[in-house]
Amino acid sequence: MNLPHFLGVVSGVQDHFATALIFVLVGFVFAGIALGVAKLLRPSNPSAAKMTTYECGEVARGSSWIRFNVRFYLVALFFIVFDVEMIFLLPWAVVFRQLMPVPGLGAIVFWDMVIFLAILAVGLAYVWAKGDLDWVKKLAERSGPVATGVTEEEEVPAP
Amino acid sequence: MKLMYDFFTGQLGLDATGANISVASVMAVIMFTVMALCAIVLTWMERKVAGFMQSRYGPMYTGRFHGWAQAVADMLKILGKEDIIPAESDKGLFKFAPILVLLGSLLAWAAIPWAPDFVAADFDLGLFYIFAVSSLVVIGILMAGWASNNKWALYGAARGAAQMISYEIPLALAAVPVVMRAGSLNPSDIVIAQQGGIWHWNINPITNPFLFIAFFMYFIASIAETNRGPFDMPETESELVAGYHTEYTGMRFAFFFLAEYANLFLVSMIAAMVFLGGWWAPIPVLDRFIPPALSFIIKGMLLVFLNMWVRWTLPRVRVDQLMHLCWKVMIPVSLLCVVGAGVWMMALGQLK
Repeated sequence: MNLPHFLGVVSGVQDHFATALIFVLVGFVFAGIALGVAKLLRPSNPSAAKMTTYECGEVARGSSWIRFNVRFYLVALFFIVFDVEMIFLLPWAVVFRQLMPVPGLGAIVFWDMVIFLAILAVGLAYVWAKGDLDWVKKLAERSGPVATGVTEEEEVPAP
Repeated sequence: MKLMYDFFTGQLGLDATGANISVASVMAVIMFTVMALCAIVLTWMERKVAGFMQSRYGPMYTGRFHGWAQAVADMLKILGKEDIIPAESDKGLFKFAPILVLLGSLLAWAAIPWAPDFVAADFDLGLFYIFAVSSLVVIGILMAGWASNNKWALYGAARGAAQMISYEIPLALAAVPVVMRAGSLNPSDIVIAQQGGIWHWNINPITNPFLFIAFFMYFIASIAETNRGPFDMPETESELVAGYHTEYTGMRFAFFFLAEYANLFLVSMIAAMVFLGGWWAPIPVLDRFIPPALSFIIKGMLLVFLNMWVRWTLPRVRVDQLMHLCWKVMIPVSLLCVVGAGVWMMALGQLK
């Protein structure tokens, strides 16, 4: 794949990332039309009570822009690792069939990926053994001190 | 596509660039219309399926025949609903989030091959592109939840983001064995590689049992990816009110709704395309009578039905069970599928 072709500079019937751009534009246009039509049809009488934050009928207390549980960030970190793995895995999968039968190259192609996956599997096993994949582990550990009445620092409850 | 291109160059006398832009625009409009139509049809279908699973009828009155116009009536009603933007919210992000969610699904529809030579963007990187742009939905959901400045919305969004990024990994990993078999990421090539009836589809467990397992991995991950039951943690009505779209009303709410059903149809179409032979009929003879797009859509619809069946049958899982299933079961199994499929192909000489 050469670069001008990739960017859609060379005109063909298909094979254009420019198509994606046009889809974005059309998406915006349609969303705009839908919102515009709705704006013409719907009533609009905002009041202070209507604009309050919904909290099951109670008056909302405090902002929701708070620190939330660190587990979500941990999940995001694991995800990054595996997502990068995906980026390396897909091109390998594309050439797998072509390169495997090539004498001398096939073994390299295969064992390369096995070693790569093994390294990631070790990472997964490490995270697993450390207990970072357990969603409720921290709460279970904390139940001891809490039961004896020792208070810990305030923590945002897990969603 | 070639036909449409020729029409624009020949009949209207446009140059190549103009014709390409016109073809892409027409396809985008078609895709958007199909997406809106499919949301309407699927909403009605979901209510009827839910009704019959629970020994009741579902909508029966609107439009006389089995309440077929119920979803249309809902859309008209939603048009007349006031657009409430909470005073405490981050208004820019609040307004932009539904559009981003909608764009995420619409963009992925660009690379779906409906029939031979009828695909808006025939990317060589198609499958990769689909997985990449569907991730925009996660950003939209997180944006919606954060911008609402509502506790329910924030919890729903945080859960939704954690769930969707986690299940994206088994979803994409399940497609890797298929890519290895087809030797291409181009959706049309993946479908063409499965020509010749049900025997040649990727799901066939005799050709490669690991692809058969991968199909189920994909199916489970796709339910979680579309935030539907039993994995509807981001919008659990009984605990989080409505999750990330608690504060949304009117048309902006409709965008989330539209995107949800568009995504449901999208993941089913990808499953049909990757594992169930895309536009090929089960028996090669039938290819002469059934239009390719029709057999493709029938397969997609059957998978949608399966998805609804699962939703209305199984109870919701807990967050810890959800994460346990993803990280400790599905990711290791999907990784083994990749290695297993490779070994199987080598052992049986299914290489080129």
